[in-house]
Parts: sequence; structure tokens; C-alpha cells
Amino acid sequence: MSEKLKKLAGARGEWENKTVAKTTERFPERKPVFETSSGIPVLRLYTPLDLEKLDYLEDMGFPGQYPYTRGVQPTMYRGRFWTMRQYAGFATAEETNKRYKFLLDRGQTGLSVAFDLPTQIGYDSDHPLSAGEVGKVGVAIDSLADMETLFDGIPLDKVSTSMTINATAAMLLAMYIAVAEKQGVGSEALRGTIQNDILKEYAARGTYIYPPKESMRIITDIFAYCKDQLPKWNTISISGYHIREAGSTAVQEVAFTLADGIAYVQAAMDAGLDVDAFASRLSFFFNAHSNFLEEVAKFRAARRLWARIMKNRFKAKKANSLRMRFHTQTAGSTLTAQQPENNIMRVTLQALSAVFGGTQSLHTNSWDEAYALPSEKSVTIALRTQQVIANETGVADSIDPLAGSYLVERLTNDIEEGANRYIDKIDELGGAVQAIEAGFIQREIADSAYNFQMAVEKEEKIIVGVNRYRQEEPPLEDVLKISSEVEAFQVEKLRKIKERRDNDKTAKALSGLKSVAEGSGNLVPVILDAVKAYATLGEISGVLREVFGEYRES
Amino acid sequence: MTQERKIRVLVAKPGLDGHDRGAKVVARAMKDAGMEVIYTGIRQTPEQIAKTAIQEDVDAVGLSCLSGAHNHLFPKVVELLRTQGAEDILVFGGGIIPHEDIPALKKKGVREVFQPGTETGDIIKVIADEVKTLRSTQGGS
Repeated sequence: MSEKLKKLAGARGEWENKTVAKTTERFPERKPVFETSSGIPVLRLYTPLDLEKLDYLEDMGFPGQYPYTRGVQPTMYRGRFWTMRQYAGFATAEETNKRYKFLLDRGQTGLSVAFDLPTQIGYDSDHPLSAGEVGKVGVAIDSLADMETLFDGIPLDKVSTSMTINATAAMLLAMYIAVAEKQGVGSEALRGTIQNDILKEYAARGTYIYPPKESMRIITDIFAYCKDQLPKWNTISISGYHIREAGSTAVQEVAFTLADGIAYVQAAMDAGLDVDAFASRLSFFFNAHSNFLEEVAKFRAARRLWARIMKNRFKAKKANSLRMRFHTQTAGSTLTAQQPENNIMRVTLQALSAVFGGTQSLHTNSWDEAYALPSEKSVTIALRTQQVIANETGVADSIDPLAGSYLVERLTNDIEEGANRYIDKIDELGGAVQAIEAGFIQREIADSAYNFQMAVEKEEKIIVGVNRYRQEEPPLEDVLKISSEVEAFQVEKLRKIKERRDNDKTAKALSGLKSVAEGSGNLVPVILDAVKAYATLGEISGVLREVFGEYRES
Repeated sequence: MTQERKIRVLVAKPGLDGHDRGAKVVARAMKDAGMEVIYTGIRQTPEQIAKTAIQEDVDAVGLSCLSGAHNHLFPKVVELLRTQGAEDILVFGGGIIPHEDIPALKKKGVREVFQPGTETGDIIKVIADEVKTLRSTQGGS
């Protein structure tokens, strides 16, 4: 320890023992222990003593340079703001297309598609298990015809599109490619993202279909296909968002997401891909939760840790392979049904943490989402929140402006260390796939969720309007509802497609898919053939169900 | 003197919805409160849920749905229990359920619907009270 720090340590001790002690004797602090969501102790005061081991060049560096702690681009938001991308989709392709045009008209800069559950799980709208679910949590897509409607009048060479789709990602990507082709846009020009992150589906979100091994094959096939055919496409969005929503802490969010990332990189390398040929197209997706400073530190820690993993563990050489680019969404689980207008403030603060964290794109939740899908009015407020942060506050004018805060740097270190401990543990279990199959990750998340709920019920954690500052209020009226007619409409549209298409051609494409699935060829080209022959999502998924089998939660 | 049977509850996730944070938290809180709890896991059909409820001889079923399919799925479970002679199994619901849907669900036999922000303690109390009331009217346990 340098002389200066020694002197500081002495002075700090004196301040604690004399000045602070005198005060706390008369006025005790609010709580005996202060800690973050991850149980990291929050000290009364941070000083240079907390950063003693921090090496600026080694641990922080410069924006656009390893280890990317300060951001992935050299100029960050001074060049351009993050992409404002509101996740949207409901009912039919016709209605969702209208919402997209509405959002683009209001200054949104990218699209983000929400699909309904049957589409995510590979069932057509007329499947018995789809009953009641069609068009509910997103748009229903049964065939290429629906996708054509969804992007009608939206030039796919001009927008970037993110699709929250996992088990059926290859099918929806194929449909997107086919729609673009009809618009005269080549696949090399397409920009966007498919979520394609099946591991967190087993662990936290639930829309899996096939067993892990077969799912990993599909994902690797997509990586291989896109590196040649869709060089600007993000082939995966490795997601901590849903892990956090399921109840994890910030440290667990980073750890489990990066552990999943390690599994995908390893799987692709095991399949013979060169790490630098695909790693630059990996992207990430995080949650912006309520503990503001912990969140800022979390984003910075995740970026640094991923760069180190890619460099040291996987020996990636290209700079772009080391850069963690990520999307952020504010935390849906923090929205309250009580006094819902307060959600606007929650979302604002969470969004601000993501901006301080250096996100590449952002979705801000709407205040009415604890009840229903957002209305046009509420989604406009959510989008405007981002526009206010970007244009009015000045926080986007200098890069990584909270860096150097003793607390933020210390928390960044603490989160990285905590996440590393979990990753070591997952390595011991054999990696993320095995850790999920053993239920380890699910148990960790469930424990955190339960502890959080109990802390709320014991009022150790305060949620404004829920367990404190309550008031009588009338129930919320006029929430957006999806009519049951949507299902009938969609079933009828599906029937007509099956009648109109060249059924021989469809059958041929499906049997071509089957034989590739039984062998080891890349699945994406044959899925694309099937999609173009208007095979339905349920038919394509069904062929793969037959060959691959289905995963069952243990 | 026979000891009163513990309250047995099936916590179930009907439909395709994978959001099971709430279901798991509630199930665990019920266990901690001394109930016997079985959790079905996600993606159960109403038929599977009714069958499990009857096989496991539960007092109550707690359905959790966040996908908006509750109006279809919850009454279906009630109806299946009824047609199989198990109308004494009480059905409760929770999740993202708009206020205006609740009267119709109750009319179709869902005993109570718990909305976001409800404490587990309140859910446990309602279920325990209803089960005890039912047991007392049936006489004996």
C-alpha cells in the first residue's frame, strides 16, 4: 500500500471511529446491514482504498478497446444514440403491422417482434394446445403468408429487426429471409437479431421444444449458415433478461448468461467453426432492474468478463469477437399493478441505468404492463422516456460517465468476482447444459425469487404502493385485450393457405427436411425451402419433433 | 382422536405459458405454511391437471397463468373436475388477470383470483379458510 493510501486508511478509520460513531450512537442508521440485490454489502462510504487493486489500463481501458469496460464503441452515444426498440406484437400480423408503423412513425429506430406462445413452441393456431393462446402474448405466425403481412410496407433493408424466438428461431429467420427476397432485398443486407437462446428457455422461460443436444445443433447450424449468408445478422441474443425476471440476482444474471454463452461458443467450436468466424455476431440481452448503481456496475462487469472469457478461454483473436454488444429491457417484474402510474418512474430509472451501462439498444416497459399488453398511449410514453433521456438530460454526451466512482468501480469488481465464482461452479458441473439438466441453475434462481418475495412480505424490502404507501384506488379500466375472434381468424387463414399452396411441393420440402434432420447436414437451407413452399410452422416443427423428440422438464 | 388431515394443494401451470416464478414461490410458501403441495411444472393441459388433482386427492388446485389464456383454461379445469365428480376440489387462480375478467371466472366456479402484488400469506389464508369451511360442511375430515 502506498504512503498516501496508508494515510487515507488511517484517516478513514478515524472518521469511522470518531465522527460516524458519535452520530450513529444518537441516530442509528436505517438498517443494520445494507446490501445490493445480490447480497453484495454496500458500504457506508467508498474511497480510493476500494480501488487499490484496480489497474486502469488492465481493468478499464478505453471505449472500443479491450476489455471494453467503458463501452464497445469508440465514441458511444456521441456518435449515435442507442437503438430505441420497443418489443411489440399481438393478435394478428395485420394488427401488429399497424403497431409497427405507428412506432416507426413516432421515432422508434428498430423493430422487435413478440410472437405468441404457439408460434414460439411450434404449434399452428389450429392445434388443440393453442386453444386460448393464439395472438395473446404476441403475434400469431403460422406460415410465410403471415410474415409477409407482418412486414408489409416495411423495407427490410432499412430497418433492423429483433425477433424473440428460440426453439423455432430457424423457421422464423427463414421466413424473414423469404419475405426480404420477395421485397428484392438480399440476405446479406439484412440486419437484426434472433434470440435463439435455448438454454435460458430450459432454465427460466419455458419455450423449449427439443432436447438440449438437438437444440444446440440447430443453433450451431444457424451460426454456420449466417456467417456466410447473413453477415450482418446477430445469430443469437444470449439472454439474462428472463433469468432475472424469473427471480435471479444481478450477479446470477451475469453468471448464468455468460455460462450459457460459454456453452454456445464451445458447441460451435466443437462443431468445427473457428471462433473468430462467428463470435462477432453473438449478442446479449440484459435486464435493467431497480437497484440503480448495482445495475450500472452489472453492465460494465458483464462486458469486461465476457471480453476476458473470449480472450483467455477461447483464444479469440479478432477485436470484434471480444466485444459484448447487448440489448436491454427494463424489468417487467418490478412493475406494480398497484398505483401503476408509478411504473413510469421505475422504468425511467431503470432505463437510465442501462444508458449509464452502455447498452446498444433499449426497450422501455409501459406502465400498464402489470395488467396487460400496452396501449398505444402507454407505449408512446415508454418510448418518449428514452427520447427524453437521450435528448434532454445530457447523460449521453460523455462516454461511461459514472466510471471512476469509487462505488461503481468497486461494485463492478464485486459483480465480476461473484459471477466468476458461479461460472467456476458451473464448469465443475460440466458446463451450462449439465448444470441445467441437474437443475442447479433453476434452483439457484428459485431460491433467489423466494428470498425476495419473503423479504417483501417481511417489509425488509419496500415496494412503493405494494407493501408501503398503499392507497385505495379503482381498478384499471380499458386495458388492451385480445379478442377470441383472433383465433378464429387465424385458423381460417391457415386453412386457406393449406388449400391454396402446392401441396406436393410442400410435402416434398418437408420430406427433404426430414432426411437432413436424420443426417447431419445444415438444417437452415432445407427449412428455408419448406418455408418458401408455405409449409406451416407447426408442420416444420412437427417434422423435427418426430426426428429429435421433445424435452420434458424433470 | 384423529389428527386433521393436512391441506393438500396442486399448483398447476395450464397452457403454454412458461412464467412459473409466481407458481413456484406460492408453492414453496404453502409448503412452509404446513400444506402438502404438488407442483405440476409448466405446459399442462386442463385434462392433465384435473387428472392429477383427482389422483393426488387434493383439496384445492391453484392455477397460474400469465399469458392471457386464463378465460379459456381456468373454467375448463373447473368443468373437468365437475364432470369427473370432483366438484369438491376448490379451484383458485392467479397471474396477470384483468380485473374485469374476474366476475366471469368466479361465476364459472373459480373460487378466488389473486392478482399481481398479492402476498403469499393472503393466498394461503384464503385457501386454508375455504378448505376448512368445506370440510366442516362435509362433516369430518
